[in-house]
Amino acid sequence: MLPDWFINLAYLIAAILFIVGIKGLTHPRTAVRGNRLGALGMLIAVVAAMLDRQVLSYEWIIAGIIVGGAIGAIMATRVQMTDMPQMVALLNGFGGISSSLVAGAALLTAVALDGANVALQFTISGAASGLVGAVTFWGSLVAFGKLQGLIGDIRFRGALPLNATLLTIALAFGVWLAIDPTANWAYWGLIGAASLLGLSLVFPIGGADMPVVISLLNSYSGVAAAAAGFVLSNNALIITGSLVGASGLILTSIMCKAMNRSLPNVLFGIGAPVDEGAASDDEVYAGKVKSAHADELAMMMETARSVVIVPGYGMAVSQAQHAVRDLVHELESRGVEVSFAIHPVAGRMPGHMNVLLAEADIPYDQMKEMDEINPLFEQTDVAIVIGANDVVNPMARTNPSSPIAGMPILNVDKARSVIVIKRSLSAGFAGIPNPLFAAENTLMLFADAKKGALDIMNALKEG
Amino acid sequence: MEALILALTVFVLAIFVGVEIITKVPPTLHTPLMSGSNAISGITLVGAIIATGSPTPLLTTILGFTAIVFATINVVGGFMVTNRMLGMFRRKD
Repeated sequence: MLPDWFINLAYLIAAILFIVGIKGLTHPRTAVRGNRLGALGMLIAVVAAMLDRQVLSYEWIIAGIIVGGAIGAIMATRVQMTDMPQMVALLNGFGGISSSLVAGAALLTAVALDGANVALQFTISGAASGLVGAVTFWGSLVAFGKLQGLIGDIRFRGALPLNATLLTIALAFGVWLAIDPTANWAYWGLIGAASLLGLSLVFPIGGADMPVVISLLNSYSGVAAAAAGFVLSNNALIITGSLVGASGLILTSIMCKAMNRSLPNVLFGIGAPVDEGAASDDEVYAGKVKSAHADELAMMMETARSVVIVPGYGMAVSQAQHAVRDLVHELESRGVEVSFAIHPVAGRMPGHMNVLLAEADIPYDQMKEMDEINPLFEQTDVAIVIGANDVVNPMARTNPSSPIAGMPILNVDKARSVIVIKRSLSAGFAGIPNPLFAAENTLMLFADAKKGALDIMNALKEG
Repeated sequence: MEALILALTVFVLAIFVGVEIITKVPPTLHTPLMSGSNAISGITLVGAIIATGSPTPLLTTILGFTAIVFATINVVGGFMVTNRMLGMFRRKD
């Protein structure tokens, strides 16, 4: 058995490797190595935990690691890149629940040893870990169900008072536990109330708000781990939990800014005020929308020198990334310069589009952030919008009473001509018409993203 | 109380470190950042191992075992899927 100081030193090394590992993620070139350093850190931490002198039997530990490792490995190798948001949602949830369970087990053990003399730090952080972990677990399961299309948006009156009540009940159980640590039932009561809270928090939240929800649950899973670290007085958990908590929080704030919404606004499902005087679909579209055939679009592109492609959730839904790649290769073989404009909230989680494009072998230096590409649209011959809607709606810029007013958008309308590949004129998540589709310089190709991209490519090849 | 303050110190400083490095992660890598941070938040595995291996009543062992399963899914699934995604990112040649 190793002395405690040695094990704690191993935890410190693990924490350093995690930090250096995340630092590797600051550039695609160093990212693979960074991830491996993180994995090495985890291995060191796990071996150190096994050598802790409190650990006397290994059967359950080994069995758990084998079962969990097998499930994790199968999930990681089987999952499709388009389903990555679901995978991350599940992982968020599993992280949360394991922290709750660890805190619960530690509380039970401590109470069995010390009875009512358990320190306050112990019960308070145990309650915090249980609360945040259970909210994360159930909230993530709902997010998973929504992303997978198993459950729709369930909006109900009084969601706000219900959530407030559930939170108060959970906190009351926590206070009870702090006063009387031997009241094990209070911990499980807290878990029950927090579980209901997790469900009712995420049920009303719509699909396009998922990037915010997933980022926030990611942050919660870190906070739950850090709180479990306070229970166990374990620095490895505290440091790592706060790193993950910070990471999720930063992503959450980036997502909120990209939608020009506040966090409470997303969480409590408060939509922007409905614009009574808003133009209806008919007023915006009637007689102005020009639909085109793939042949005409191909002809238009034959003279183009620069093309910017704007992918959206529609590209993920129809698994169009490979078809888009083929179109890009065809254009590049004709000397056209092609880049991708990626809005921060395109898709269902931060960076969703980039992963899909990387899967289709699009180099990362061809993917441009919003601030980088926006000034370039004026010099762009053709902008192709594939399955995106609200993130290219010029009303965000021009109409201050629009529900998306002030939201930063990709200035696609500034390009010389615009092609929109979309199945119909149906509204995006914001539920408003998009004047881009009726603009002078826009042609619509009414098709599924994959078919549309393939049709244009074939027309180009034949032409 | 002293232990609590010490833990709080570590917590707050680590948050600053986290904010400092994570703001530098480019948007292109935000999905791998999330799955990778999922993997490292599986660090609760450490707590789960200690809870499960200690000589405790059966209920605690079962709680610990369940926690090990979930945390290991996070660790193994998170690192593997992140590795898979990052392997796809390449430069223009």
